[in-house]
Amino acid sequence: MHSVVLTKGVPDFREGQVSFDEDGHLERGKTPTVMNPNDRHALRAALQTKVRKGGTVSLMSMGPPGYMEVLQEGMRDVYADDLYLLSDREMGAADTWATAMTVATGIQKLDDPPDLVFAGFKTADGETGHTGPQTEWCLDMPLVTHVISLDIDDDEGVLRAKRLVEGDVEEIETVEAPLPAFVVADPEFEPTYRKAEHRLKHKDLREQTRERAAEFGEYLDDDSDLDVAEYDRFTMWDHTALNLDPDFIGLDGSPTIVAGVDPIPKAPSEREATMVDPDDEGAMERVVDELAPYAAGD
Amino acid sequence: MTDDYEHYEAVVVGAGPGGAAAAATLARNGIETLVLERGVDAGSKNVSGGLLYAEESSPYTIDDLFPGFREEASDREVTEHYIHNIAGRNVKTFDLHDLHHHDTEWADSVLRRKMDSWLAREVHEMTRETGGGLLTEVRVNGLLREGAEIVGVTLDELDPIKADVIIGADGVNSELARDAGLMDWEEPDEWFQGVKAVAQMPEGAIEERFDVDEDEGVAHLFSGDLFENVRGGGFLYTNDQSLSIGTVFHLDSIADQRAEPQELLDNLLTHPLLADWIGDEYTELEYSAKLVPDSKKVAHPSPYRDRLLLVGDAAGQMQAQGPIIKGMNHAVTAGALAAEAFVDAKSRGDTSAAGERYVTKLENEGVMDKLRPTRYRTLGRLGEVGPVASAMNAVTDSVVGRTAISALGDRAESLFNSPFLMGMLPDTRMGYVTVPTVVAEQLGSPVEGESTVEPPELDDRIGDLTYDVDEGNPHIELRDNSFAASGTAVTACPVSAKDFGGGCYRDEYVGSNGTEEHVVSLDTQPCVECGTCAVVADTNWTHPRGGKGVEYEQG
Ligand SMILES: Cc1cc2nc3c(=O)[nH]c(=O)nc-3n(C[C@H](O)[C@H](O)[C@H](O)COP(=O)(O)OP(=O)(O)OC[C@H]3O[C@@H](n4cnc5c(N)ncnc54)[C@H](O)[C@@H]3O)c2cc1C
Ligand code: SF4
Repeated sequence: MHSVVLTKGVPDFREGQVSFDEDGHLERGKTPTVMNPNDRHALRAALQTKVRKGGTVSLMSMGPPGYMEVLQEGMRDVYADDLYLLSDREMGAADTWATAMTVATGIQKLDDPPDLVFAGFKTADGETGHTGPQTEWCLDMPLVTHVISLDIDDDEGVLRAKRLVEGDVEEIETVEAPLPAFVVADPEFEPTYRKAEHRLKHKDLREQTRERAAEFGEYLDDDSDLDVAEYDRFTMWDHTALNLDPDFIGLDGSPTIVAGVDPIPKAPSEREATMVDPDDEGAMERVVDELAPYAAGD
Repeated sequence: MTDDYEHYEAVVVGAGPGGAAAAATLARNGIETLVLERGVDAGSKNVSGGLLYAEESSPYTIDDLFPGFREEASDREVTEHYIHNIAGRNVKTFDLHDLHHHDTEWADSVLRRKMDSWLAREVHEMTRETGGGLLTEVRVNGLLREGAEIVGVTLDELDPIKADVIIGADGVNSELARDAGLMDWEEPDEWFQGVKAVAQMPEGAIEERFDVDEDEGVAHLFSGDLFENVRGGGFLYTNDQSLSIGTVFHLDSIADQRAEPQELLDNLLTHPLLADWIGDEYTELEYSAKLVPDSKKVAHPSPYRDRLLLVGDAAGQMQAQGPIIKGMNHAVTAGALAAEAFVDAKSRGDTSAAGERYVTKLENEGVMDKLRPTRYRTLGRLGEVGPVASAMNAVTDSVVGRTAISALGDRAESLFNSPFLMGMLPDTRMGYVTVPTVVAEQLGSPVEGESTVEPPELDDRIGDLTYDVDEGNPHIELRDNSFAASGTAVTACPVSAKDFGGGCYRDEYVGSNGTEEHVVSLDTQPCVECGTCAVVADTNWTHPRGGKGVEYEQG
């Protein structure tokens, strides 16, 4: 069972990590790049498949070389086996369509064609939720979105999934799809390991991939003279390797026109405030009088 | 459906010393072994005073089973051992050298998080090679039966698992022992309650203040009138960089006297005798508590049922040899013997004989006689019968008794060092309070100085602990909330206290229809899972789900 998980680096929006300039614009340079949080759910779904059914999990991303750290994070925290980065200048500034084209080509180039492709639901920066389905369209696979639990029946060659209908947690349906298939994991996705055997395997994988991630980290270290191209679990492809026409990828291949970006204005404060001295009995009585109509439900 | 269940040759429940010893022995014999531990990490649920003995007479010691144990997992080798008899400021110290060294190969101080998590890593490696392994954050919640026969375990986090042998090494308040009908949690006089504080020590302070080398340690025990007539005593053991200071009391005494365990611990911490050792700055790293079985009363003579073999605290195998507490070492021995019994039984083609073989081994190796000494059964118990006990107590405290103790002088020390005498001491106030107090008054001299130690309040102690609370899923339920049935827990629970709102148990008066009822309420959030209220209150008591609840860093 071979799973490919698509991931993307995004600015680390967590408190204390992200920084904005005076106008409220994101300062990319000062904000660290991390794996898109929702992609973890995709990786977890792939990992669950690997633990239960064996096989490997490849993590693939399109982006600048800095994304190698993102891939390393995926290896360390969610136990990916092989890492692929699709990267060169021509691919830069791609919209979701051009990204999908590139990523789909990357997937098709893999020696071991995947049985499952996983994507997370929406990225933390773009929030479009388009890349996954568009990639799927290029690959022409059945698409199952909003997946919250997943089971693979390899005898029958199908997946069975529970999914949120229209992304609504109240409505859950069970679907079946032939493999290979494209799965978008919902943030509600919960891997389940109810067999000791699976948990033991999970523990083995944690050990193994931690070691691998540390090894890969040595290649990424600025001071190291190791060449990352030599690391056997990492592959970088540029547009020539993928045999892609620069006119159809990157900025040139992006049909999306962003009509404008409106900053969301801060809500102006319209309420008036009166300061009250809590030790002043008269004032406290006035507060009670003021509040009385609300308390009465008027 | 049943056929779908996973099967392992051996399932070991609990990764304390008993479980670790059993698992290592099984794995060494090529038995496919799965170890299940409920804590986030082995040791994260466990508390001991911390003096681990390796007995010469024992067929297995922990370093036999885990070479490297003493270098990696224990703290200091304890070579000196004293008991202090205390009456107010008066202290009479006896050297317990002979008792300490009797049958002792070595004795090390340990902290359980460090010790058990090291053991667990070793165990995982060994058992993984057999096709099993060790899992944390999984709680066994019962026994799997086919008809009436025990064939495996059921869990909160996993599907049921079948096994040819189940080693119940799940410690005191063993849910497996209870489920199998081998133990109940009814009688407070069958248990001790242990409460402990770990105090940080500045570098070099232990060597200087206790006059020991870097890898050497000391044990001090305390008894007398500083515990307000509650039967039990205190201890202080030196770790690498900290002190373990605690108390162990008979639970019935705590219950009957409505004693507050944390206050009794504070009495010890603030006694002037400890002032120089603790120093001017008292930094408490952790407050912890747990029940301790009294083997004299509860060590099960036949601790098995079908495929389930109980070892360690789960089987009540915790020996109080006078003031010296030996639980971990017996858990290790029993764990290894239970494993050996299964291996023998399997090699003879009849795994169902493992239980019987285990009992025979416990008898033949002399373990049972240490746990339930024959002499205690006759002499000691007699001394506990009400009128006899109070008469003996009165004699000791009378002019006659006092004269006798004065006349004994330092020869009294040799009596304290007799393993024979210590094994038959009756569990009465006499042994714990009266004799030490009279000894201190007649033979002791006052300690100088004042203690500046200010122990933290209970809410700070709770606040400093790490919890992963299982919201909306309390692991203990009050069956009877009347004060008469469950009120003892308000004081006896080590994280509750009278007039303290932040603990587990609270009492209140509620009025209905003109009558006022005295009731208790329970909030399990600050619970340290000590087991006390399983015995002293009317509850449905279970451990929290895997990984939930308190997480000790020291233990
Ligand atoms: C304050 C105090 C002082 C003590 N002093 C000493 C001393 O100085 N020397 C000494 O030798 N002994 C001492 N003891 C006793 C000693 O700690 C115990 O006898 C010993 O820990 C017993 O070992 P065990 O392996 O049987 O159980 P434990 O060490 O209690 O291990 C049981 C394990 O099972 C796990 N578990 C429990 N239930 C489940 C479940 N349902 N599913 C999965 N896992 C489960 C627990 O998390 C735990 O890891 C002291 C005890 C206390 C409380
Ligand atoms: S609630 Fe019960 S088990 Fe929990 S700490 Fe209190 S007495 Fe111990």
